[in-house]
Amino acid sequence: MILLGDEAVGLAALHAGIAAAYAYPGTPSTEIFEYLERTGPGGFGITAHWAVNEKTAYEQALGTSMMGRRVVVSMKHVGLNVAADPFVNSGLVGIRGGLVVVVADDPGMHSSQNEQDSRWLADFARIPCLEPATQQEAYDMTREAFLLSESLRTPVMIRLVTRLCHSRSGVTPREPEAAPRLTHDPDDRDWMLLPANARRLWDERVAGWPATVERSEGSWWNRFETETGAVAETPAGGGGLTVITTGIARNYLLEADPLEVPPHRHLHLGMYPIPEALVREACGGAEDILVLEEGYPYVERLLRGLLPSAVPVRGKLSGDVPFTGELDPDRIREALGLPLSPSMVLPNLTLPGRPPQLCQGCPHADAFRAVLAAMDGFEDGLITGDIGCYTLGALPPYRAMESCVCMGASIGMAKGAADAGMRPVLAVIGDSTFLHSGVTGLMDAAAHDTPMTVLILDNETVGMTGQQPTALPDSRLGPIIEGLGVDPDHLHLVPTHPKRTDEFAELLAAELAHEGLSVIVGVRECIVAARKRKAAERAAAAGAES
Amino acid sequence: MSEFKLDVVMAGVGGQGVLSAAAVLSMAALEAGLYVKQGEVHGMSQRGGAVKALLRIGSEPIRSDLIARGTADMILSMEPVEALRYLEYLSPTGVVVTSSEPFRNIPDYPDMDEILGRIAELPRSVAVPAETLARQAGSGRAGNVVMVGAASPDLPLDPCLLEDGIVALFRRKGEKVVKINLDAFHRGRAAAREMAHSP
Repeated sequence: MILLGDEAVGLAALHAGIAAAYAYPGTPSTEIFEYLERTGPGGFGITAHWAVNEKTAYEQALGTSMMGRRVVVSMKHVGLNVAADPFVNSGLVGIRGGLVVVVADDPGMHSSQNEQDSRWLADFARIPCLEPATQQEAYDMTREAFLLSESLRTPVMIRLVTRLCHSRSGVTPREPEAAPRLTHDPDDRDWMLLPANARRLWDERVAGWPATVERSEGSWWNRFETETGAVAETPAGGGGLTVITTGIARNYLLEADPLEVPPHRHLHLGMYPIPEALVREACGGAEDILVLEEGYPYVERLLRGLLPSAVPVRGKLSGDVPFTGELDPDRIREALGLPLSPSMVLPNLTLPGRPPQLCQGCPHADAFRAVLAAMDGFEDGLITGDIGCYTLGALPPYRAMESCVCMGASIGMAKGAADAGMRPVLAVIGDSTFLHSGVTGLMDAAAHDTPMTVLILDNETVGMTGQQPTALPDSRLGPIIEGLGVDPDHLHLVPTHPKRTDEFAELLAAELAHEGLSVIVGVRECIVAARKRKAAERAAAAGAES
Repeated sequence: MSEFKLDVVMAGVGGQGVLSAAAVLSMAALEAGLYVKQGEVHGMSQRGGAVKALLRIGSEPIRSDLIARGTADMILSMEPVEALRYLEYLSPTGVVVTSSEPFRNIPDYPDMDEILGRIAELPRSVAVPAETLARQAGSGRAGNVVMVGAASPDLPLDPCLLEDGIVALFRRKGEKVVKINLDAFHRGRAAAREMAHSP
């Protein structure tokens, strides 16, 4: 089978006998759940639900595990921040059904606000982490993660990176396992994090940590390799250089011709916590240590410590590998001191950039025209933005928004700016982002009738990640907002349409001038979602005729 | 088959069908019993922006999902400006296969003659009017498959396997769509061969 790294994880979870899968969409993790949703409920009888956000997804996964059944929850790296509360605490509970949390990091920030490295969060929560280098390893590690989770009674993280998530290659699956049945143990006290009990569980977790490290020392995923990538029992290769790779960095090392790479010993790490004895064995007698890892310098920093080392440790902290951005074969060649291949060159070639942009006919474009027209009447004004396709409204030709920080931040930041004395303040947020993390911020603003306006761009879908369904249909946004305590006189549900831009702008201008909280929901279906829906309806009609 | 590898950088604008073209090529390579890695771009950059996909085919297992600079054998582009964007990845002996017809969705789109002139400066290039040929085949949207056809004379893949890939990819859209795309493939292939034989 040829599968994306994401799909390989999804297939492995199905073959491991999961009862349920939960996720919130986010590039580059979305295709994990999409694969599960496409093939899981029909073929494997699983429950697959998009959640409102990563925190609720993670909590649902905990409940499934508590009932003795296997479960997978997937998200992007910044999504794990949203789920951090249940995630970190789940490191203390006594997992029953295997719980695997798949987190997709985005080094290079192809579609993200930062390039944080989830291995640090696994470490922080004292949760074992597996980091695949290939699509096949993504499958095999996910299968193993469920067994590991049940035998150590802890969640296990699978850490992916964009290049593996979104690259396809051959995967050979194994025989599926039968799904464990529901088991309820009412006497189990390992899920009750009341202080007295949490102290006991934390002591047990700390006392059990050496056993977890032991699993890592003996893991197949942590191993010596020869210079051609074959598994070696003991450190192979001569010279004074030790190279430690993690995850997909190994692929770039092996991409270089073994004849040109300086002689070295190679230790590859695919499972954390770090196998300390194995690392010491790899570095014994070394004169030079090079660490190649995608993301932050996690292994390198542990190796360097604080005190001066007798052996130079090179990597991102030393500047031998660029600290920021994504690794690639060329960056690894440079770290190894190898020349780059000459490229095709055309002298004096300059090309215009082609940044992503809103689709032709996108309802957000009409909304931004109205926003700019409404703002025109004020001397100053602040527009805070949020995360979705509409973040592109920060780019020309609109240049509408001044901020984009995290899911839901538009509303909280608007309140803070209004509290600081700024007038007028407009928060722009999509419907799915509003449900994900905007509702709570709006409750704060409603509690104080803060003079600000919230514009919810309701395109009735999660647009940017590929038109997943939102948790609530648009018709129910109105009552929810009203229920938060927003004055009905300053709550408007209006269609966004190119022919009604003037009307929309007038309404916006009036509410921006209002010295209190107002909310405007601009409603029109995402143009891509509408196209997909119509195609599906046509296909269904054609099917009914034949 | 003796040991070989083929690295292709695929370029275009979001919505032009770069990923579908890559899928046809990788299906054909798999059918030929070769190893494949196909790197894609999903998410925000798909929205009308420049899109790059990578296709690596080889007789031996492939390590990296990314292609090193200066090592690609081919740039296969759905659009002439995009054909030049990733030149640093192309080997000095590599070939650029591109559509000669622009996709204008940016205000500062350069002069067309100049861009086509720059492409012609390259040691090896093939430029075919993808959208025009696709329309002749029955749908302007089949430009991506025209480009698969235009690349095919330079690919070590049996054209029959590429045809099978097209059938497999478009089967669920109905017989008419399959027929249009097969025709688009042949028009692209014929145009590229004609260009190769002209002085």
